[in-house]
Amino acid sequence: MSDLQTQLDEADDAIDLPTEPLPLDAWHRAHGGRMVDFAGYWMPVQFRGIIEEHLWTRSKAGLFDVSHMGQLEISGEGAVAALEAVLPGDIAGLAPGRMRYSLLLDEQGGILDDLMVTNRGGTYYLVVNGAMKWDDIAHLRDMLPDDITLNHLDDHGLLALQGPEAAAVLVRLGLEPAMADAPAVDGLTFMQAAPYLWQGRPLGISRSGYTGEDGFEISVRAEDIAALADALCADEAVMPVGLGARDSLRLEAGLPLYGHDLTPETGPVETGLMFAINKRRRAEGGFPGAERILAELVAGPARKRIGLLLDGRLPAREGAPVLADGAPIGVVTSGGFSPTLERPIAMAMVDAAHAAPGATLEIEVRGRKLAASVTVMPFVPHKYHRQGA
Amino acid sequence: MPRYFTDEHEWIEVDGDTATVGITDYAQSQLGDIVFVEVPDEGAVLTKGQEAAVVESVKAASDVYAPIGGTVVSGNQNLEEDPALVNSDAEGQGWFFKLTIADKGELDGLMDEAAYKAFVESL
Repeated sequence: MSDLQTQLDEADDAIDLPTEPLPLDAWHRAHGGRMVDFAGYWMPVQFRGIIEEHLWTRSKAGLFDVSHMGQLEISGEGAVAALEAVLPGDIAGLAPGRMRYSLLLDEQGGILDDLMVTNRGGTYYLVVNGAMKWDDIAHLRDMLPDDITLNHLDDHGLLALQGPEAAAVLVRLGLEPAMADAPAVDGLTFMQAAPYLWQGRPLGISRSGYTGEDGFEISVRAEDIAALADALCADEAVMPVGLGARDSLRLEAGLPLYGHDLTPETGPVETGLMFAINKRRRAEGGFPGAERILAELVAGPARKRIGLLLDGRLPAREGAPVLADGAPIGVVTSGGFSPTLERPIAMAMVDAAHAAPGATLEIEVRGRKLAASVTVMPFVPHKYHRQGA
Repeated sequence: MPRYFTDEHEWIEVDGDTATVGITDYAQSQLGDIVFVEVPDEGAVLTKGQEAAVVESVKAASDVYAPIGGTVVSGNQNLEEDPALVNSDAEGQGWFFKLTIADKGELDGLMDEAAYKAFVESL
């Protein structure tokens, strides 16, 4: 049982590495979190069990600690133009209190990271992937003019409260808007953000997340995060959720994971992320890799990121070859068991000729060929609280 | 019936010339929710250390190697329908396969329940 042993030893081996604790470390351990080394930090992979936590998030509200992620603030005169030179998104058109999904791109249009950018009233707040944040900070410092300030909010943690009960939980928590025209917290719509006070403590809250559910992300000072996590978990609708269910939830929601579904060898066209580049930016260009990306948009990508529904019960993991008529046409980039659908699902990067929904492909797992059909993502419908909905 | 344990978190229950093999309760608790188990076919001849079964949790796949050699008498077909049996009853109904033991000498040096318990506590 050597591979199992390797897996069981993984956490022990990580002790030799300079793995750092996050502000909620003791809280996770006290709540039975199984801690693993992730992005250089000790993170809980699960508490009561991945499937239970996953299904709880889809029916109630799951509390996730994502304090490993990088929280950055960019400010200064000319910040909009400076950001538009780095990001392909429409920053000029991003109203105060609004956020959008964007990408860091290299000069060839390869994806260096994906991120969320929020207009905090002239200051731009970015949330980037934990594993990439040091590279991102170096990249941004390199790309941004000297008179633009880049502030790493490393004295803040980040919680996500996700699920159909999330809004009601935050209402019960008791929050005051900390800005004159900010709505009550349940009045925020999807991709809207505002500052709030909880018992006098400042919180930056957005209606967003990485599960496909309605939910919120809450930026909180490190010294306040344990009290906030306690107060949230005191609500009967809330259960702490680890990284394991975060991964299975985002996979069902069809949301790509950086380092797996997105890499520097992939671009926004083939990964289906062109929604992050609006009409004006496509017309004007002026972002890293624009020439190549816009040419690919016209010509059509050679490959596409697709969703696959697998027959049977055997999951296919990252790296498994995808075949059409016995010939390799791509590779699984994320795969696992869907607790909601009770079957294996996967994302793959395949030749565009084989990417049409309904196409039947095969995935090779340990010499066995599993039938899989191309399906439109998300695998499980999104339930975002959209404006006007 | 004597029950043996390996440091790779398998249990082996010996009844005459037949051994029943599974993974321990500690192993299932570490793996988390198990969603797929592949057991060897009847008649398969396994040597000690050979890949014998695969267990997939939500997160990852793990190989299970034969803790002793022998000829497979049966694989637990119930795991095909209900892999979560390994979570709920790892050391009972969640057994993986039974084999006819080729060489009982291979049992020498394996742990008994008390020794395995001490081993787990030392991890």
